[in-house]
Amino acid sequence: MAETAISHGHDAGHGMHTSTGLSNNKLGMWMFLGSECLLFGGLISTYMLYKGRVNAGPQPDQIFDIPFTSVSSFILLMSSLTMVLAVSAAQRKDERNMNLWLVITALLGATFVGGQVYEFTAFYREGLGFTTSLFGSSFYTLTGFHGVHVSVGIIMLMALVGMNRNKRIPGDRAEVVEMIGLYWHFVDIIWIVIFTLVYLIPS
Amino acid sequence: MSTATDQVAHAEGHEAEHHGLSDKQYIYVALILAVLTAIEVSTYYIDFGPFFMPTLFILMVVKFVTVVSYFMHLKFDNKLFTYLFYSGLLLAIAVYCGFLATFKFFIQKG
Repeated sequence: MAETAISHGHDAGHGMHTSTGLSNNKLGMWMFLGSECLLFGGLISTYMLYKGRVNAGPQPDQIFDIPFTSVSSFILLMSSLTMVLAVSAAQRKDERNMNLWLVITALLGATFVGGQVYEFTAFYREGLGFTTSLFGSSFYTLTGFHGVHVSVGIIMLMALVGMNRNKRIPGDRAEVVEMIGLYWHFVDIIWIVIFTLVYLIPS
Repeated sequence: MSTATDQVAHAEGHEAEHHGLSDKQYIYVALILAVLTAIEVSTYYIDFGPFFMPTLFILMVVKFVTVVSYFMHLKFDNKLFTYLFYSGLLLAIAVYCGFLATFKFFIQKG
């Protein structure tokens, strides 16, 4: 009986009856994130290889606006804080604060994506198109892929808020919020790497 | 029958639900990350000389590990998650270091 009671307590925390004793959803999400490292690793190394190949158009250090990108990076970093506060509120079953932090996270993410769209427009006007040079192609592919990941994260956050309001979140709500949180933090850590390797280290 | 085992079970479940840091501690971690970012950005304005690249790499790795450990809860979670994630990351680093080295050393000049 004691075993049953303790087992119940454990499940209440993790919500799983699996052979590993761990949540399959969480295990799947960490495997997915590990595989995403390979995707972004490929894109980052391609950029590192091609950033010096500029036959036409501007050089990286001629067009990068470091103060602007620093503010964008800071905004994305702070969205990780608001996301973890949303996860914390979900674990406390504090629905009001959970929704609030999720909406703030989505807004910060949208600000970051807006900044990226502005940056792309400014670069295009300065003569850096997608096919202008190998630097341009690899830069737009890398940062574009990251921007798409952030946009998907924003959609997931807003969908989560909507589903929560309609009480349609399946299973353990705190775990669902944590899963989306893991994805969100992942796009943040990828940007930490991109910001240093692409923007701060000159070609 | 509210037994001691029930109380233990409740306490364990409660503890498991709130693993990680408190909200205040998360804010402290975010402040540290903000300071590290400010130091990173300062390398653009201040000449760090030979310490430029090492400073940036160290700051990048510290920020990366801090977010993964505290915000993504890897430090407090089951070690299997850590192995899954870092094995993917290390595989990526190894494959692409090899890839970049191939282009560096074996590419045909001219």
